[in-house]
Amino acid sequence: MIRVENLVKRYDGITASNHLTCRFERGKVTVILGGSGSGKSTLLRQLTGLEKPDEGAVYIDGKDLNTLSRKELFEIRKKMGMLFQGSALFNYMTIFENIAFPLREHTKIADNIIKTIVTMKLEMVGLRGTEHLMPSQLSGGMMKRVGLARAVVMDPTVIFYDEPTSGLDPISTGVIGKLIQDLNKTLNITSIVVSHDIDSCFKIADNIILLYYGEIIANGTVDEIRNSTDERVKQFIQGAPEGPIPFARTAKNYLDEILYD
Amino acid sequence: MEIASSLGRFTLYRIQVLGRSGIFIFTAILQAFLPPFRISRLIKEIEFIGSKSFLIVFVTALFTGMVLGLQGYYSLSQFGAEAALGVMVALSIIRELGPVLCALMVSGRAGSAITAEIGIMKITDQFPALEMMAVDPLKYVVSPKVVAGIISLPLLTAFFDLIGIAGGYLVGVNLLGVSEGAYIGKLATAVTFRDIYGGVIKSLCFGLLITWIATFMGYTAEATTEGVSRATTNTVVLTALSILIVDYILTSLLL
Repeated sequence: MIRVENLVKRYDGITASNHLTCRFERGKVTVILGGSGSGKSTLLRQLTGLEKPDEGAVYIDGKDLNTLSRKELFEIRKKMGMLFQGSALFNYMTIFENIAFPLREHTKIADNIIKTIVTMKLEMVGLRGTEHLMPSQLSGGMMKRVGLARAVVMDPTVIFYDEPTSGLDPISTGVIGKLIQDLNKTLNITSIVVSHDIDSCFKIADNIILLYYGEIIANGTVDEIRNSTDERVKQFIQGAPEGPIPFARTAKNYLDEILYD
Repeated sequence: MEIASSLGRFTLYRIQVLGRSGIFIFTAILQAFLPPFRISRLIKEIEFIGSKSFLIVFVTALFTGMVLGLQGYYSLSQFGAEAALGVMVALSIIRELGPVLCALMVSGRAGSAITAEIGIMKITDQFPALEMMAVDPLKYVVSPKVVAGIISLPLLTAFFDLIGIAGGYLVGVNLLGVSEGAYIGKLATAVTFRDIYGGVIKSLCFGLLITWIATFMGYTAEATTEGVSRATTNTVVLTALSILIVDYILTSLLL
């Protein structure tokens, strides 16, 4: 289980995480939802230890991530998997080498067993037969699936998904969503998904945390979020152009700017 | 006042960058000596920096040696000292032109490519991906390149020296009629261990310098296409200038 307590992160005076407190349960898919600039990715980077918070703490199985040495952090990361928004496959390696990479780095498993594991993971994402291809020969959706295969190759206990469905066609979105759910159920792991895709989020989530300008404005089950009376939550879910969440960024008076500047 | 303060800011910023780059290269070299040792990565990098530079070094060395043969013959013949052509070509190449030209060629070919490669890895989140897979990006990506640079440059320089001297021989002996015995014989007695040692020291330093600048520029490049393009240009300019400046410093120390 992952616990976040009073997390604060600021960049050049902008508060990207404003005293965030929440928890991510084992065996559940938790989706961190929010618009652009709401602080979703910042929260994700702090959850993974890629960035340190200015205040507060992230606890993974009771251990404060930011007090750990690099070696201890790496030990924890061996049990983590992450699917990056752009897949982050190594472009100089074949698909097989990409997926086998964590196994080769951290285990002494024999080559024939590695081959079997990679084949199983590729079968899971429906891409068996692409082992010899380079990442540049795959489509965006296929790369995401390979990224997912690589993320789960070490059988992690926590998987982070950064915008797993952005830029994908509806079928690929459905496939990735189903994979996230299946993995979560079969492995009984903690799944944390960062997304702004409402539809797929409602389909895969057990819990949803809605962020707005670095603050949590809603935290609950899918039904609780769907039935929320908070106007900001309603506007976000419905994608309404008018509401308490402004579309335009705060700037000086529009009339003043066009008339007097 | 304004000029003084901006000059101060600029100087402080440059000193900070220099300090950061010092810590960066120190850590990268230190990591190279700590297990796990990535021999296959190192061999791959030596192939990229070293083996793939053979052709460009060969052509540069051959024509440099040939030009030196022509110019040397023209100058020496005015004093009737054509027999010293071999020594002149060899000493010019071993002590100065070999290490410097070889380093300039490698920096143009491999240095810019290293910066671009690391920059693109940064843009495409491959560094955080390595971090998330519990692999230190500095150790995995940077250390093998730096060690490969330090190993490859002296070997390439030795190759440059050989081809350069052969180029001088080709022009001097085969085209201009200098005695073969004079060219080769005097060469063996006039070139001392100190000359070769100086060239090796220089090429070791240039190997470190090229990979240091190239990897640091890539590692600190802004994660945009424009940022990577700027970093690549900076690598080419900075390595070329640094090679010439460090060459002067090393020559004055080694003489």
